[in-house]
Amino acid sequence: MTARIGVVTFPGTLDDRDTQRAVRVAGAEAVPLWHRDKDLKQVDAVVLPGGFSYGDYLRAGAISRFSPVMETIIEQAKGGMPVLGICNGFQVLTETHLLPGAMLRNNHLHFVCRDQKLRVETDNTAWTADYSAGQEISVPLKNIDGRYVADERTLDMLEAEGRVAFRYLDVNPNGSLRDIAGISNAAGNVVGLMPHPEHAVEPLVGTGRTDGLGFFTSILKKLVNA
Amino acid sequence: MTLDTVKHAAETPAVDQPWKELGLKQDEYARIREILGRRPTGAELAMYSVMWSEHCSYKSSKVHLKQFGEKAPENDALLVGIGENAGVVDVGQGYAVTFKVESHNHPSYIEPYQGAATGVGGIVRDILAMGARPVAVMDPLRFGAADHPDTKRVLPGVVAGIGGYGNCLGLPNIGGEVVFDPCYQGNPLVNALCVGVMKHEDIHLAKASGTGNKVILYGARTGGDGIGGVSVLASETFDSTGPSRRPAVQVGDPFQEKLLIECTLEIFREDLVDGIQDLGGAGLSCATSELASAGSGGMRVELDTVPLRDATLSPEEILMSESQERMCAVVEPGKVDRFLEICEKWDVIATVIGEVTEGERLEIFWHGEQIVDVPPRTVAHEGPVYERPYARPEWQDALQADDAGALARPANADELREQILKLVASPNQASKAWITDQYDRFVQGNTVLAQPEDSGMVRVDEDSNLGVAVSTDGNGRYAKLDPYAGAQLALAESYRNVAASGAKPLAISNCLNFGSPEDPAVMWQFAEATRGLADGCLELGTPVTGGNVSLYNQTGETAIHPTPVVAVLGVIDDVNRRTPIAFAEEGQLIYLLGDTHEEFGGSAWSQVVHDHLGGLPPRVDLEREKLLADILISASRDGMIDAAHDLSDGGVVQAVVESCLRGGKGARLVVPDGLDAFTFLLSESAGRAIVAVPRSEELRFTDMCGARGLPVTRIGVIDGDSVEVQGEFDLPLSELRTAHEETVPGLLA
Repeated sequence: MTARIGVVTFPGTLDDRDTQRAVRVAGAEAVPLWHRDKDLKQVDAVVLPGGFSYGDYLRAGAISRFSPVMETIIEQAKGGMPVLGICNGFQVLTETHLLPGAMLRNNHLHFVCRDQKLRVETDNTAWTADYSAGQEISVPLKNIDGRYVADERTLDMLEAEGRVAFRYLDVNPNGSLRDIAGISNAAGNVVGLMPHPEHAVEPLVGTGRTDGLGFFTSILKKLVNA
Repeated sequence: MTLDTVKHAAETPAVDQPWKELGLKQDEYARIREILGRRPTGAELAMYSVMWSEHCSYKSSKVHLKQFGEKAPENDALLVGIGENAGVVDVGQGYAVTFKVESHNHPSYIEPYQGAATGVGGIVRDILAMGARPVAVMDPLRFGAADHPDTKRVLPGVVAGIGGYGNCLGLPNIGGEVVFDPCYQGNPLVNALCVGVMKHEDIHLAKASGTGNKVILYGARTGGDGIGGVSVLASETFDSTGPSRRPAVQVGDPFQEKLLIECTLEIFREDLVDGIQDLGGAGLSCATSELASAGSGGMRVELDTVPLRDATLSPEEILMSESQERMCAVVEPGKVDRFLEICEKWDVIATVIGEVTEGERLEIFWHGEQIVDVPPRTVAHEGPVYERPYARPEWQDALQADDAGALARPANADELREQILKLVASPNQASKAWITDQYDRFVQGNTVLAQPEDSGMVRVDEDSNLGVAVSTDGNGRYAKLDPYAGAQLALAESYRNVAASGAKPLAISNCLNFGSPEDPAVMWQFAEATRGLADGCLELGTPVTGGNVSLYNQTGETAIHPTPVVAVLGVIDDVNRRTPIAFAEEGQLIYLLGDTHEEFGGSAWSQVVHDHLGGLPPRVDLEREKLLADILISASRDGMIDAAHDLSDGGVVQAVVESCLRGGKGARLVVPDGLDAFTFLLSESAGRAIVAVPRSEELRFTDMCGARGLPVTRIGVIDGDSVEVQGEFDLPLSELRTAHEETVPGLLA
């Protein structure tokens, strides 16, 4: 048996098909989920992919957060269902308060697309178990609202609880506080990050690296062994 | 104000009409009256004025563009040719690819962000309308001098607009060009290309047939933006006086366009449309008249049913509005409900605005009163055609006599080193990463190659690894020296770029950017360039599938350099075999393919070192280009080369530096026998490429070149962390990297 991993499509989602492909490459079954649909089709985990849901016109992720599918996802995430938010998906997760903090416009005010080096800070989440803490990976980064911010107390708490999941290495591409690229919730089932692991799962395309595949194999192993 | 109905027009022949303000000439207005047998209504006048504009009717260029059809090479791959929204090419395995390049020059000067953004939006809808999923975009851009203050106004806005729109659509931006030259100071060229992929059976055409079929307008509401965009903006030269024309620029909403793409693709999947057309330049005037003109039968439209953003718009304004993100479909009555359901799913507004009728008239009504009654062909396809006078300008001889070969060359190795460093740091030769890093090149997960590679390449099929490659090229300096050769050099470079990546060139699209057709010198440049391109395409066997002409790119009396931009599309059976430009393996041998002559006319060196433009451009040998392409493709397929880079502006040294920086490895070069270091490094002879050959493949590769008669010269080896030319100079990669990468951000960030 394999795991069923849902991939949500909001209006304006862009990386849904890429994420479904990454899920398949890892060996799991990708299940498309529609924003208007509360039914999660009995998936074992959910990915909120990148894009510009609702054009990000109000604030990135601010409208998607209220979609019917999110009601169910929020509820089940609180019950322990693994959820990964990538880029716009991370923005949605902070809007839902499943993850703390917020994303502001990049400090240089430009959209940036680059091959970004990261350090995986913890292997203690549902989505990073296949990495080792301290491992350095490179995955594409592409955003304009990617500057992670939170108040000092929250940042200290994230650090103390080992919830800073990824940090930017070499270059901080957007001015994120403490070089934070991604974080997890206290239970480790909900993870969000700005870079795009789904774009780094095949040697042939993108940057030619497969450093992002670990996200999807991590969750698959966890679900299959559960 | 009373409504100017057809009846009213017939009764009031003497009314003064604003044909001149709408951009029509007196004889054109007279012809409209003759066609209709009465004066046009205000709505009819609006339609004719936009559809007969230079931008929509190609009235000055048509007589020359005909050659692309007449001289078209026999080519089985062409599924849909010139005349539709975009041409379609068979790439095998049941897949068809459609691509086209278009201009959005004038709007982008007035309002850089929206002008460039809606340029992307427009070309994407053209591709979508063919039935294809858009899979990549590219933007060939030209600006004034890099250090001119207005470039700092225009360029960041254009780049942000392309990124802001394209990134939000989820289309990887995989290539294009950025060129600086003072001739584009008041007339930046913002061209946009889109590639789409479909199965053969999914091809759709823009025609309205089947009496009783419904005409559905869907997408954004119609607003007051972009009124007269094609007639006022794109078909006249600018002057510094006169009112602001910003309202004539459309405003884009990429989120709406993304919904439109997904919604339309779902509609195609369920086979719900008979004909489809996007709304771009000339808006509803264009869509209704083109659909009706291309199909059988007429069309009746209830204009008051069009959803509006601004309820005060007049019928004329609604017909002329170029509001973005709209499409028009012809749907059988039994399929309308399902069509509307899918639109509702995607939150896209859709309205039945009319139907296909018997007869041959396009009839438009406003609250029950008829305001348009025209034969649609006279609006859409039978506009005016001009045989504009053209003449070789008298300055052409002097320009060509001003030989760049006579310019002072570097006196010693130190001077050569210094000039090369200056060259790779010059705005045109420098890295454009600061610009292209503002575009998403990874989305959709199929990008195999993207800038700064020779061509952009995307995977089409995940199982078979079939892929397509596209490159766009143009060199206005060459074309100014000789428009015929310049157009062929643009074609040859683009063709070479695609082949250097390992793909087989199949077809081309072009964007012909020129000055005012009312100037005989400009018209001569246009005539020469189109003749050169048509002849070149015939010789290379790559048909023109479509494209775009942008005229009136001039400020006052001064036209831009004639700038034909050529996009070549190629196919590669297995993207695993693609050839990157990077020198990545130490010890591999660097070979130069082709012949090097002393050719400096229009060269980057003559511009950077001497600020000179004169002489003749490099000689064109298309037979040689074909042979070179064949060798590059065979070598890639058989694993004989690990890197290849085409030679163009900046010559050997520019290509070597780019390949070294891309791969992070140095190179040791030796000046070949029979050449001096300067000519070897900086000549821009066409029909050449450099390749990196693993030592194990050396014999096989050189034997193949020898057997097929392609000159091949070993010029060095990948080694160390500098670019060293033996006996001349040594340039550390770190110094080259700084020079190459810091120029553009230094000027624009």
